[in-house]
Amino acid sequence: MEANSPTTAAASASAPGNLAEIRNYTMNFGPQHPSAHGVLRLVLELDGETIQKADPHIGLLHRGTEKLAESKPFNHSIGYMDRLDYVSMMCNEHAYVLAIERLLGITPPERAQYIRVMFDEITRILNHLMWLGAHALDIGAMTVFLLCFKEREELMDVYEAVSGTRMHATYYRPGGVYRDLPESMPKYQVSKWRSAKEVERLNETRSGSMLDFIDAFAARFPAAVADYETLLTDNRIWKQRTVNIGVVPPERAMALGFSGPMLRGSGVAWDLRKKQPYEVYDQMDFDIPVGTNGDCYDRYLVRVEELRQSTRIVRQCVDWLRKHPGPVMIDDRKVRPPSREHMKGDMESLIHHFKFFTEGYTVPLGETYAAVEAPKGEFGIYLISDGANKPYRLKCRAPGFAHLASLEEMVRGHMLADVVAVIGTQDIVFGEVDR
Amino acid sequence: MEQTTDQPAAAGAGIEALAQAIERLVDGVSRLPSLAHELAYRLEPARLLEACRVLREAPELRFEMLMDVCGVDYLQFGREEWLTTGATRSGFSRAREVNAPPDPDMPERFAVVYQLLSVTHNARVRLRVVCPDTREPMVDSLVQIWPSANWFERETFDLFGILFRGHPDLRRILTDYGFIGHPFRKDFPLIGNVETRYDPERKRVVYEPVSIVPRVLAPKVIRHDNRYEPALSAPELPR
Repeated sequence: MEANSPTTAAASASAPGNLAEIRNYTMNFGPQHPSAHGVLRLVLELDGETIQKADPHIGLLHRGTEKLAESKPFNHSIGYMDRLDYVSMMCNEHAYVLAIERLLGITPPERAQYIRVMFDEITRILNHLMWLGAHALDIGAMTVFLLCFKEREELMDVYEAVSGTRMHATYYRPGGVYRDLPESMPKYQVSKWRSAKEVERLNETRSGSMLDFIDAFAARFPAAVADYETLLTDNRIWKQRTVNIGVVPPERAMALGFSGPMLRGSGVAWDLRKKQPYEVYDQMDFDIPVGTNGDCYDRYLVRVEELRQSTRIVRQCVDWLRKHPGPVMIDDRKVRPPSREHMKGDMESLIHHFKFFTEGYTVPLGETYAAVEAPKGEFGIYLISDGANKPYRLKCRAPGFAHLASLEEMVRGHMLADVVAVIGTQDIVFGEVDR
Repeated sequence: MEQTTDQPAAAGAGIEALAQAIERLVDGVSRLPSLAHELAYRLEPARLLEACRVLREAPELRFEMLMDVCGVDYLQFGREEWLTTGATRSGFSRAREVNAPPDPDMPERFAVVYQLLSVTHNARVRLRVVCPDTREPMVDSLVQIWPSANWFERETFDLFGILFRGHPDLRRILTDYGFIGHPFRKDFPLIGNVETRYDPERKRVVYEPVSIVPRVLAPKVIRHDNRYEPALSAPELPR
C-alpha cells in the first residue's frame, strides 16, 4: 500500500524511479470514540489495516480515588467505590466493606449477607446486559442493545427502590447493609404519555414487595436471554466478527493477570465465588461456565451463561429472604449509628451520632486484601490501617486494568475493526481502570 | 486440574502448610503478622527476583498469577493530623495547623506490595519489599516473571516515584502528559500543585498554581479502642 503523507510524497518525488517509501500509519483511536468505551486513547500503528502496535494511553478519568479515600473516614468512601466501575456498582462496595469488616473482625447478620449476594448478582446481570448491548452495538447488532436496556431498566428500579439512586447506590455498610428491603415497589403513574391501560401493564409485577418484583423478573429473564442468543449465538456475522479473534491461551491468560470471564473464556475454571467463597456463596447452587478457545466468541458465551447462573442465584436468595426476616445490620454501636428515635431523645446518642458521622470509627492496626468476583473479574481492595479513622492506604485492584494492559498483545496482527471487538470483549470501564 | 477445596484460602491448616513450604523453598523471606486467613512475607530487595522465580515455578507453590502491585508511602504512618492534646486549653487549630511534618528522607519510607495468587493450590500470599534508598527508591522489575507486572509497575512508578530496575517501558500511565511529581506520596497535597483551565486569550489550556488553601476537614485520629483486639497481635507496625 502506498503511503501518501506529504513527507513520503516529497521523498518519492525527489528520487524518481525508486519505489515509493512504505511507511506505517500511526492513528489515534479515541479518546472520543463511541466504541472506546469511555475515554481510551489508543495510539495504533497500522500496516494497511493490520495492527502492528497498539499503545493505550489511559488516565483521562483518573480522579485519585485511592488518595481521596485516605483523606476521609472509612464510611465516607463507600460512595466512591460505586464510581469506580460504574457499571457494577455494588460489587465494588462489597470489596471495600469486606476489607473493613475483616480488619474490624465483624461479620454481618446472615440476612445482610443474603441481601449482598442477591445484589451482587443483580449487579452482575446489570453489568453483563450493559456489556452485551454495547459489545453487540460495537460490532453492528443494534437490536440487542435496545433489548438489553429494557431489562436493565427494571433492575435499575430495584436499585432505586432499595437505595434511593439508580446507579451509585452506597447501600452496603461495614456490618451489613443500609436498610432492609422495601415492602413495596414504586409504581408508574398515569400521565399524558402513559394511558391507564399501559400503566396497569407496567405495574403488573409491582403490586407486591420488592422480592416479588425481583422474583417475577428472575422468572421471565431466562426467556429474554434466550432472545439475545437467538439474535447472536448462531448469527453468521456475529461469529465472523468474534470467532478466533483475540485468542488467549490459558497459561498466557494467567500470566497476564486475567480474571473473571476473561480467564474463564480461556478455559481456566476459576471463580472466587466457588474457590474462595465470601458471604453465603457456599450455600448457593450454581455452575461456572468455562470456554475452550479463549476467543471473543467463547467469552461471549461465558458471559451469557453467567446471566442465567446469576438469575439462579437471585432466585435462591429471594426464597431464603422471604422465609428469614431479621436484622440487616450488626448490632455494634461502633459501626452503626444510633436510631433516629434514640438520637432525638437521648443526649448520649446525639453525641454518638455526631461523632459517628464526623469522625467515624477507628479501625485497628493491620492490613488485608479482600477480593470479590466482580462481573469483570477479581476486584480487590488492599487496605492498610494504622489504627486511625481513615484508611492509611487503599489500593483498588481493578480487573479491567490488567485486561487493558494486554490489549496490544490481543490485537497485534488483527485488523483495525477487530480492535473494537477486542475492546468490547475485555469489558473495559474507565472508572475502574483510571480510578 | 487442581486439588482445590471449596474453602476460603482461609482454612487454617492449609495456610500453615503453605507457610512452611515457602519458608523452606524461598530464601530471604521473613513472615509478617497478618490476619488469620492471610499470609504475608517481607522480602529482601536483593533477592526479590530469585524468590519470585521460586514462588512461581516450585510445584508446591505455583503462584502463577500476580494480581496486584501496590506502592506504599509510610511517611505518616501512625501519625495523627492535628495536635489535640493541648486543645482543651488553647482551642483547636481549626484545620490549619497540622502536626509537624516528618522527615521526608526517613529510612524505609517506600515499600512495594505484591499480591500473588496460585490457581493450582487456591492460595494467596502477599509480599512486601521495602525500598532500600528513600531518595531514589528502586526495586527489581518482575515483568520477566509475570507479564502482568508491566502496567502495575508503571502505575506504582507514576504515583509513588518508585523505579523498577529492568522494566522495559517505565512511562507514566495515569497522570497527565508532562505531570510533575508523584501524587500518591504522602507529602503531595491532596488538591495538587497546579490547576488547569482554558485561557481564551492565549487560546490554549494553561496550568497555574492552585488557588485553594489545603484544609483537613475530618482530622485523622488514632484511638486505642479496647473493645477490639488489634487486627495484628504484634505491637510493631506491619512493615
